[in-house]
Amino acid sequence: MEPFTKHTGVGVPLRRSNVDTDQIIPAVYLKRVSKTGFEDGLFAAWRQDEQFVLNQEPYRHGSVLVAGPDFGTGSSREHAVWALSNYGFRAVVSSRFADIFRGNAGKQGLLAAQCEQHDVEQLWKLLETEPGTEVTVDLRERLVTAKDFTAPFGIDDYTRWRLLEGLDDIALTLRHADAIDSFEASRPVWKPATTLA
Amino acid sequence: MGHTLAEKVWNSHVVRRGDGDEPDLLYIDLHLVHEVTSPQAFDGLRQAGRRVRRTDLTVATEDHNVPTVDIQLPIADPVSRTQVETLRKNCAEFGVPLYQMGHDEQGIVHVIGPQLGLTQPGMTVVCGDSHTSTHGAFGAMAFGIGTSEVEHVLATQTLPLRPFKTMAINVSGSLRPGVTAKDIILAVIAKIGTGGGQGYVLEYRGSAIEALSMEARMTICNMSIEAGARAGLIAPDETTFAYLKGRKHAPRGADWDAAVEAWKQLRTDDDAVFDHEVHLDADQLTPYVTWGTNPGQGLPLSEKVPDPEQIADENERSAAEKALSYMDLEPGTPLREIHVDTVFLGSCTNGRIEDLRAAADVLRGRKVASGVRMLVVPGSMRVREAAESEGLHEVFLSAGAEWRSAGCSMCLGMNPDQLKPGERSASTSNRNFEGRQGKGGRTHLVSPLVAAATAVRGTLSSPEDLPAGSGTTAADLD
Repeated sequence: MEPFTKHTGVGVPLRRSNVDTDQIIPAVYLKRVSKTGFEDGLFAAWRQDEQFVLNQEPYRHGSVLVAGPDFGTGSSREHAVWALSNYGFRAVVSSRFADIFRGNAGKQGLLAAQCEQHDVEQLWKLLETEPGTEVTVDLRERLVTAKDFTAPFGIDDYTRWRLLEGLDDIALTLRHADAIDSFEASRPVWKPATTLA
Repeated sequence: MGHTLAEKVWNSHVVRRGDGDEPDLLYIDLHLVHEVTSPQAFDGLRQAGRRVRRTDLTVATEDHNVPTVDIQLPIADPVSRTQVETLRKNCAEFGVPLYQMGHDEQGIVHVIGPQLGLTQPGMTVVCGDSHTSTHGAFGAMAFGIGTSEVEHVLATQTLPLRPFKTMAINVSGSLRPGVTAKDIILAVIAKIGTGGGQGYVLEYRGSAIEALSMEARMTICNMSIEAGARAGLIAPDETTFAYLKGRKHAPRGADWDAAVEAWKQLRTDDDAVFDHEVHLDADQLTPYVTWGTNPGQGLPLSEKVPDPEQIADENERSAAEKALSYMDLEPGTPLREIHVDTVFLGSCTNGRIEDLRAAADVLRGRKVASGVRMLVVPGSMRVREAAESEGLHEVFLSAGAEWRSAGCSMCLGMNPDQLKPGERSASTSNRNFEGRQGKGGRTHLVSPLVAAATAVRGTLSSPEDLPAGSGTTAADLD
């Protein structure tokens, strides 16, 4: 994973709450066996509408998505994160993220920055009145800034550290291989195995 | 201070406590795998030269993409076929047991785990699928994970996780006839909202929960994720033990006795404190349906389509306006007057044998309304076999419904079972998101009883709305 420290790019206002993962990428786009090429499916249904924000200049070149509360609800599909990243998004700002989406984003280097809803509203107004405004998300300082606008965002320390360092979870876990071995040795014998006798 | 059930299961799986804000490393007892969220994970293992640590705690099946007709033929959609073939190749290469299409044990991943007896109390269960919460019905800590986490579990049989907060969902009283587990969970989600459970594990408790069968408990736990909770669980009891005894992977002999002894300890201590509690009175519940585009937008069937103007919260009002526009519904329309084109009975929420029995009882001696298509898709090939041995398939077929093979089917339309643009369904599945069942399709979430009655009348209905004379009458239900 590439380290994430600070990113600046065009902000995209998405005035919707409950943006579920079926909206981010519909199931018919989940059939690929690679991690690339999912940008085609990003917001596929909404992008059919010419008025949709990503069909407008200069938003179509955006890389910081600013969305309503409960972003990423529903399915566990990491494809939602891949679709946003493949399209070019580096960060999503929302007042509340679904747990699984937030976890998936953290694994893939997409920053899920949690701001207060009134800050989201202010940022929406700025991005709508001055399209093309660049938004900076600074992970070291935990700040979202755009022109005169500044707001703090929340992210847990551990995810922040992993993102800043660009660390691979599996390698981190395998440092504790001994602990896994001894846990396994202590499991009750009657726990089920999937192999058929 | 005592511990909640969720805390007990968590604590018994900690391989290593995290320092400070570092997550705990949790051992995973069972990893279920399917074709959609696993290919990139196996690819990751391959690139890093890693193997699957515990193939004996891992099992795969094909469910999301599989057609439900002509299953002996190759899958027609080349992209779906590639995904299924990729799973077969990966399972063969890494040594993971696989129940593929055509196998007697194939089915929706969350239906086959319990059915095989692999899901047991006190376990940690994960799968690259958000409805893994289903397995919580056994008092297991079960939750959906993303593909990076799938790779992590394949490689290490563990996951780094921070403990969830705990929320008790107390359902007191008892359900009235014609009211089901699906109505309980739709009412819970309408009450706490789609984000209400975020960061929590839910524990469903109270007399109405204790009275439920294992299959009904699975329906409830299944939709925990629709309230934003990654997991939901129910303390195991005699109902749980009776369900498990004798199943293929359940312990036997002395092992069984030792297991039951351990399982009996899996209860929330009397002095344990939940971070949050919610109360619901089962006696007050009536059949629930959704009117909008998220599972929290639900109401009793006797109500009318809500008027967004009456909603105070700005975000909720705007969401309701968008939902009604997408659903093509007018505020004030009685929900019972909404016509549907399609009825879908199936999914990991309501595709088990009791669901099929309940719907068949309503349909027996009745016909699906003209202009309505009804799809009956068993959750597994074993469920299909059981239904056929009871003659349920004949009830469905003579009513004019379609009788299919097992899979996720129209719950998410990754196979050819989809709604066409503008079509409206009453569906026993779990998500009424825009386009979920097919691009432009409109979904109302319902129980199997409401699904069957809706198929007969052609508008959202409960069995009480059906004229007496055939099928299970209103009198029978009282």
